[in-house]
Amino acid sequence: MRVPLWKISHARSGDKADRADIGLFAFDAETYAVLKREVTKARLAKHFAGMGAGPVELWPLDNILALKIVLNAALQGGAARSLRMDNLGKNVAAQLLRMEIEAPADLPRLLLK
Amino acid sequence: MKTVRVGAGLGFYGDSWRPVRASIERGGVQYIASDHLSELTLAILQKDRQKDPSAGYARDAVPMLTELWPLAAKHGVKFVLNAGGLNPQGAREAIARAFRDKGWKATIATVSGDSVLERIDELRAAGEPLAHMDTGADIASVRERMLFANAYLGAQPIADALSRGADIVLTGRVADAALTLGPLAHEFGWRWDDWDRMAAGLTLGHLLECSGQGSGGNFGSAGEWAKVPDYAHLGYPIAEVSDDGSALFTKAPGTGGLISFDTIRQQLLYEVHNPHAYVSPDVVLDMGTIRFNDEGNDRVRISGASGAARPANLKIVAGYQDGWMGTGMIGFAWPEAYAKCEKSAQIIQTLVEERGWAVEDTNIEYIGYNSLLGENADPTYRDRLNECFLRMTIRARDRRIADGFGRLFPWLGLSGPPYVGSMKGIQPAKELLGIWPTLVQRELVEENTKIEIESI
Repeated sequence: MRVPLWKISHARSGDKADRADIGLFAFDAETYAVLKREVTKARLAKHFAGMGAGPVELWPLDNILALKIVLNAALQGGAARSLRMDNLGKNVAAQLLRMEIEAPADLPRLLLK
Repeated sequence: MKTVRVGAGLGFYGDSWRPVRASIERGGVQYIASDHLSELTLAILQKDRQKDPSAGYARDAVPMLTELWPLAAKHGVKFVLNAGGLNPQGAREAIARAFRDKGWKATIATVSGDSVLERIDELRAAGEPLAHMDTGADIASVRERMLFANAYLGAQPIADALSRGADIVLTGRVADAALTLGPLAHEFGWRWDDWDRMAAGLTLGHLLECSGQGSGGNFGSAGEWAKVPDYAHLGYPIAEVSDDGSALFTKAPGTGGLISFDTIRQQLLYEVHNPHAYVSPDVVLDMGTIRFNDEGNDRVRISGASGAARPANLKIVAGYQDGWMGTGMIGFAWPEAYAKCEKSAQIIQTLVEERGWAVEDTNIEYIGYNSLLGENADPTYRDRLNECFLRMTIRARDRRIADGFGRLFPWLGLSGPPYVGSMKGIQPAKELLGIWPTLVQRELVEENTKIEIESI
């Protein structure tokens, strides 16, 4: 079924020069395996196309059940040059949590009341 | 077994030091590592210094230390702060003056030599191209507009200053995590080529450098953030470190916030690029081997960081003037709140075109709808908003255009769409800064590193 990331994971984003970076974290190992499979560079590039971003980089970290995502050239040249309200890219993580992926209905977080 | 407790100080210029008091009173810390400099804070400090040559440091360090010093001295707590900014000696003088007025004693060190703005030509002559790290562009294109250029120094001069008896170490630009690694290397006598210990210290410094973000603040999540207890009294994180580099991550008893596997791993990856090669002046850290063991009750054990040899180059970040931003805002209530904002944007664009203003970029956002979520805002909300604000920004080379842009908006109040929100004044032009990250052979910078110590 289609599941938005906010139901099964959490995320924080920040900035370094013209890069926005995001940490995406699964609440459990089962969900982490799904994130690793579904949250691909191609899906991310499409999801953030509106930011005019350059290449996406992605690293899985099995030890902390996380994906490290970097969106290059995503901040209009950097926080102090950006015209955006969110010049620091703090809400890029919130944008990511709106992404929907294909996931099994019985993931632990989805069974929580 | 010896342990060393380092507590987080500030996470940015203007952050609160109130939670530091709890770390000193009840958290058993021996050091406070305080980060006052974000990537572009030096641009603000440069403007201060242009107005007043004795300024150019993070001014908040003076009231912070004045308020905390009696308590810190009683508990034997030392401070390491990058509040020196562009003028560590100026920061020292201001603090020394405040301390002398109170009759207090302290040994204050400064670490400087990070600024290379005056050395650009010299470094170029020495064979350093200083090209943009990401784009490869030639620095000549921004040289004349450069406001600051500072290399990130490592932890060694901080450890040296501490071994020479400093109670307070004021640095210019250093790697943020060096504020923690310095005291740890000094206390344990770690070798500077013991890469795994360097990596462990760097990890802890990285977890401490954003104050409340290491203890439950800004816990990016849907719903989970609401479970963080007592934000109003959120305690800053504290690392209790052992000689092997492993640590207990915690906070002072009786404070708010949350230290858990979830909150701490968010901070670990924060503003990191390749997590398997997190480059600092002292070591290249691989985060892929770090282990967190959440013991509950705001206690997480950290171990397993691995390091590789430090890089041959230091990173420089320079900032340069890059035009002016003009901003205008206007808000509308239901009905058709969004449609009226959109109409106003069209009217403003017509006015700009008719004036023939040279505008390089225009940015249109709708506050209450998509100003933070961008293209990922849910469009089904758009035409059902109770109220909406238009925010328009432009980039222009000419400051007068950026200033004039904001002045176009008030007219809409009587001559535009109905049910307008209060204007709350006109925003003046804001200077925009480009950022120039580059690399330099470390010896060329480090030979100029200066440690000065003054006892008052």
